[in-house]
Amino acid sequence: MKFLKFIFVGFIFGIVLTKSEAVSWYRIYEMFRFESFHMFGIIAVAILTGLIGIQIIKRNNIKDSKGEPIVIPDKEKGNYRYWIGGVFFGLGWALVGACPGPIFILIGAGFFPVIFILIGALIGTFIYGLLKDKLPH
Amino acid sequence: MDLINQTWTWYFSGFMIGLVMLLLIYFGKTFGMSSNLRTLCTIGGAGKFAEFFRFDWKAQRWNLAVVLGTMIGGFVAVHYMSDPSNVNLNPKTIEQLTVMGFDAPEGKLAPDVMFGNEAFQSPKMIVILLIGGLLIGFGSRYAGGCTSGHAIQGMSNLQLPSLKAVIGFFVGGLIMVYLLYPLIF
Repeated sequence: MKFLKFIFVGFIFGIVLTKSEAVSWYRIYEMFRFESFHMFGIIAVAILTGLIGIQIIKRNNIKDSKGEPIVIPDKEKGNYRYWIGGVFFGLGWALVGACPGPIFILIGAGFFPVIFILIGALIGTFIYGLLKDKLPH
Repeated sequence: MDLINQTWTWYFSGFMIGLVMLLLIYFGKTFGMSSNLRTLCTIGGAGKFAEFFRFDWKAQRWNLAVVLGTMIGGFVAVHYMSDPSNVNLNPKTIEQLTVMGFDAPEGKLAPDVMFGNEAFQSPKMIVILLIGGLLIGFGSRYAGGCTSGHAIQGMSNLQLPSLKAVIGFFVGGLIMVYLLYPLIF
């Protein structure tokens, strides 16, 4: 089954985010108060690992699993969307201590009130879709 | 077993997250969890209301498979790979939490008042969870990504827009924790 490998990658991701406690509301609160290095260390090492990996891929023109060249799309240029959108996201992240990955992980783990966060996030995404053309990007 | 059940170190966890992203790139995909929210809106029929949701969601089924995997992973990690020593915060943080009415972690991943079943009985908490979700959903789509797409993949790929977004994430987070928390809790 072609989706099996993606379920597997997600499975590993879910375990790592849970066992590192990056899914923990407490850890996110502690991070924003700069009272622990833990979350900053996780993010820094993840970026460093990715940076080295992507450089290896680019310099050696490594192909993907289907033999196609690997192309990582550049993010669109812009200002407003990143600054304003980013601040909105940060407000929510700090309030409920979960970003989109952990929302799903926590529901799977049985923290059912997180379903309200998911409903809110779907409504928020829908509102963006409605307003997209009126917002500065 | 201790190595599995105790809190995983920041360096091993960070390395594994980087590897998960590289594995998705190797499979010809990208790392981005918030895109699934858009896909779910489309499946729910949001295309009737906005052009943004009119896309071939079936091309995103692989990412929904990742989501399914994360949910199983979360279940396994919490039920079979945990012990009571887990979440342990800076004592200063715990002191501050008690003042605001949050139970101390004592190994738990999340406070009962917000994530336990008692949250269902608190209209205030339900509103907080909904508003938090709303900000996350709106903000991540406006910014074109969340922690995975911008903070991890975008920064690894040296994308200036991602740096702007991540600075935005932190500005928003600091405003929430230092200015708004005292008003909310």
